[in-house]
Amino acid sequence: MTGAPQDWTRAPNVNLRQVGKPLVRTDVPGKAQGRTRFAGDHVMPNMLHAKVLRAPKASARLTRLDAAKARALEGVVCVLTAADLADRRAATDIPGQTGRKRLATDQQILVRERVRYHGEPLALIAAETLALAERAADLIEYDLEPLPGVFDPVEALKPGAPIVQGTDNVVATYKVRKGDLEAGFAEAERVVENTFRTQFVEHAFLEPEVGLAWVDENEVINIRVSTQVIEHFRAIADALGVAHNQVRILGSMVGGGFGGKEDVTVEIYLALLAQATGRPVRLAYTREDSFFGHGKRHPFVITHRTGVTQDGRITAVQITMTADAGAYVFLSPYVLLYAVVAGPGPYRIDNVHIDARAVATNNMYTSAFRGFGAAQACVAHEQQMDEIAKELGLDRLELRRRNFLRTGDEIATGYAIESAVWSDDCMTKAWAALGERAPEDGPVKIGRGVATYQQSYGRITWLHDTSEAWVGVEIDATVVVRSGVTDIGAGQVSALAQIAAELLGVSLGEVTVYNSDSATTPLAGTTTATRALYMTGNAVHLAAEALRGRLIGRAAEEFGVAPSEVDLAESRAFVIDAPDKSMALKDLVGICASEGIHRSELAMFRAPFTGEIDPETGQGRVHPDYAFGAHAVEVAVDTETGEVTVLKSVGAHDVGQAINPAAVAGQIEGGAAQGQGYALSEAMIYRDGELMTPSFSEYLIPTAMDMPRVQSIILESRSGLGPFGAKGIGEPALTPVAPAIANAVADAIGRRVFELPITPERIVMALREAEPRKGPR
Amino acid sequence: MPTVSMTVNGQPAAGEVEGRTLLVEFLREHLRLTGTHVGCDTSQCGACVVHVNGKSVKSCTMLAAQADGAEVTTIEGLATNGELHPMQAAFKEHHGLQCGFCTPGMVMSAVDLLNTNANPSEREIREWLEGNICRCTGYNNIVKAIQAAAGQTGG
Ligand code: FES
Ligand code: FES
Repeated sequence: MTGAPQDWTRAPNVNLRQVGKPLVRTDVPGKAQGRTRFAGDHVMPNMLHAKVLRAPKASARLTRLDAAKARALEGVVCVLTAADLADRRAATDIPGQTGRKRLATDQQILVRERVRYHGEPLALIAAETLALAERAADLIEYDLEPLPGVFDPVEALKPGAPIVQGTDNVVATYKVRKGDLEAGFAEAERVVENTFRTQFVEHAFLEPEVGLAWVDENEVINIRVSTQVIEHFRAIADALGVAHNQVRILGSMVGGGFGGKEDVTVEIYLALLAQATGRPVRLAYTREDSFFGHGKRHPFVITHRTGVTQDGRITAVQITMTADAGAYVFLSPYVLLYAVVAGPGPYRIDNVHIDARAVATNNMYTSAFRGFGAAQACVAHEQQMDEIAKELGLDRLELRRRNFLRTGDEIATGYAIESAVWSDDCMTKAWAALGERAPEDGPVKIGRGVATYQQSYGRITWLHDTSEAWVGVEIDATVVVRSGVTDIGAGQVSALAQIAAELLGVSLGEVTVYNSDSATTPLAGTTTATRALYMTGNAVHLAAEALRGRLIGRAAEEFGVAPSEVDLAESRAFVIDAPDKSMALKDLVGICASEGIHRSELAMFRAPFTGEIDPETGQGRVHPDYAFGAHAVEVAVDTETGEVTVLKSVGAHDVGQAINPAAVAGQIEGGAAQGQGYALSEAMIYRDGELMTPSFSEYLIPTAMDMPRVQSIILESRSGLGPFGAKGIGEPALTPVAPAIANAVADAIGRRVFELPITPERIVMALREAEPRKGPR
Repeated sequence: MPTVSMTVNGQPAAGEVEGRTLLVEFLREHLRLTGTHVGCDTSQCGACVVHVNGKSVKSCTMLAAQADGAEVTTIEGLATNGELHPMQAAFKEHHGLQCGFCTPGMVMSAVDLLNTNANPSEREIREWLEGNICRCTGYNNIVKAIQAAAGQTGG
């Protein structure tokens, strides 16, 4: 049981010149000056302003919708209701390239008859000014006849429950049957059972959804939009009934995504209005629109029943999961699958039994959110580990150490991990970094917690994920990268520039990346699933390497040496052992150009392709690979008020290879904040399906005052499938944070709050329950 | 419609606006200064912070008419002759941003902080930033950048 890293040699430790350095990201100077144009910063001549009218009820029948008064208002150019649209549906295709798979997730574009969630769109308005569009929305008359709804997934499964749509409320189910559960429990000396609950969470990216659409002279519908997925042009075209090559998505720098801009948001509304009016149309969501307008994080109820020996070896685990999918399917089946795969946590358990289901309700629909089911799974498995340790009287870290997966071990779904598993090392380092424990002070108790995780990077292997990129070198030896990748703030574009700069021997400043345009940049796939660096980084690596090979080959001829003796750096080609034999990259490129040697390359990277898992046992490969790491915190809890202060917060993650350590640390710090909000304060509250928290006054995001200084510990096994052995950090940064905090609070007060968020009220309640009962006074 | 005129980033600016037009709308839509962002409808996020007569103000809480005659500075007006303002340079150097949507408001707010208190403690910086939400960075590097801009080392 040592914390020493395994010796990883799979990716050679090349002498990196650009990669691995905390360079200033290429997008930073523009952003620091307010010069970066976000999607909402664009205007066009003759542009109209749009507004979406939403249903104020969660479950109702639309019996009348009359837009006559709105249409009559001067300056209102167009009002669209379902009656004006062909009966097409907006399908959430699995966002990506192959189109091979499609979820049955059709959603009506506008309410035709049945309202299924609070905020479902009734009508679209385009007017000369935003004020007019808003006034027109108020003039639309409608009658909603309330219908019984169902607002709890467990209720929704009971016989006689109102059906949200179709024939029953089950949206998806998964199961895992691995090993022999009964034998595992027979071997156990203790059985620990607990149920954990999580809440609806809002992404709250700072830039609300926004876009601008126009139809060009070729009848192509152009949409400039804040999105994580430009490949949605296909789903948008299908919803409009036009050919796929008649819709173009232009991204911009995205003002935060976190999964909330993974589904289609404003695109179809914009396209319909631009088509109907023949004019450019802008639709900018208000913050309130944004609270209503995209899917939330799934609330889960997760029960663990764990069999364990007295010395802390887990012999069996039985897990049930119920997720609230809300009124439409969106990505629920996949979120559920990710939760199942991560269900038992980063532990080797031979006997695993999981039953999971996602259930429709008349709550807001739920979909992708950083962590994508694995985060909810982690909230459960890491709190369960602490409960088991308490039950056995064993150190919490030691219990984990005795059960950690190692390379070669199978996870719940039967896939044997091939990359490094540095859970122990990460956990040990994060814990050590907490340093000296803060002193307790009267009612203020101090507690510590840690959580570890198993988070996939890359998409489901039977979706056959691919990514394309183009890399070229100009005559003046500057470099161009073309990639469809969207940059949602994590430095996706800058990382590509850094990879190309590394391989072509130029500085970061000499690389320009054109990205995020479905018409002109090769499709990279989505910026989701911690896949952008893995997939797109590999595509750029492939393209740049091919180009590098040609440049080096030609230089070797010039120098009269073997290509293996030539390297590129500082915009020069040179013989490694005789650096005086050297030429400017510009001159080399000139030779190539005059000889017709191809100075660009279009490459495609393919993730591992597999068939689906066995539906009865859940065994098979689901993801390309997994990342491992830990988060540790120290908290102070005021036992009188229930107030929690996070004093220390440390993330330690094996990222494989940090392309830009500053960007990696940024992910860890941001994940720490988002995870802290998840643990302590953030909750989208729906009462009978109606949203009670539609602004930042009710929905509480951590501020600078709430956050401690976060520490980041970056480990590099170079064992990942990404470029230079990289894994990923986007989702892992968040996943272990909330359970670490939950464990710390429990450690401080000696009681556990089994439901997130752990609010002061819940803490006070838990403490009160712990008090001996007294008679009334 | 009433006319408003003010000095924005050192240049005279005037326009006809409806009475209810907010300063942020005037800046973004009339003057096309899109560096100032809008992140909420309830004056909580701080993405819209600009300086009015040298003080930081959430430009979504002020009518354009109220800024009539004022000196307004936006993020676009901070750099001089292509040289980043020291606060912008510090944000750049210390990776004080990710998606960048909160950044203009953060930078404008932070500049006012140092004008008010040249040597703030970490706690004072965090308190000052309470009205500026960042969803990406966890505030670590924002605080660091401000400490660096204040000439504090070891930040
Ligand atoms: S836009 Fe959010 S405070 Fe002004
Ligand atoms: S950098 Fe994205 S909100 Fe602050």
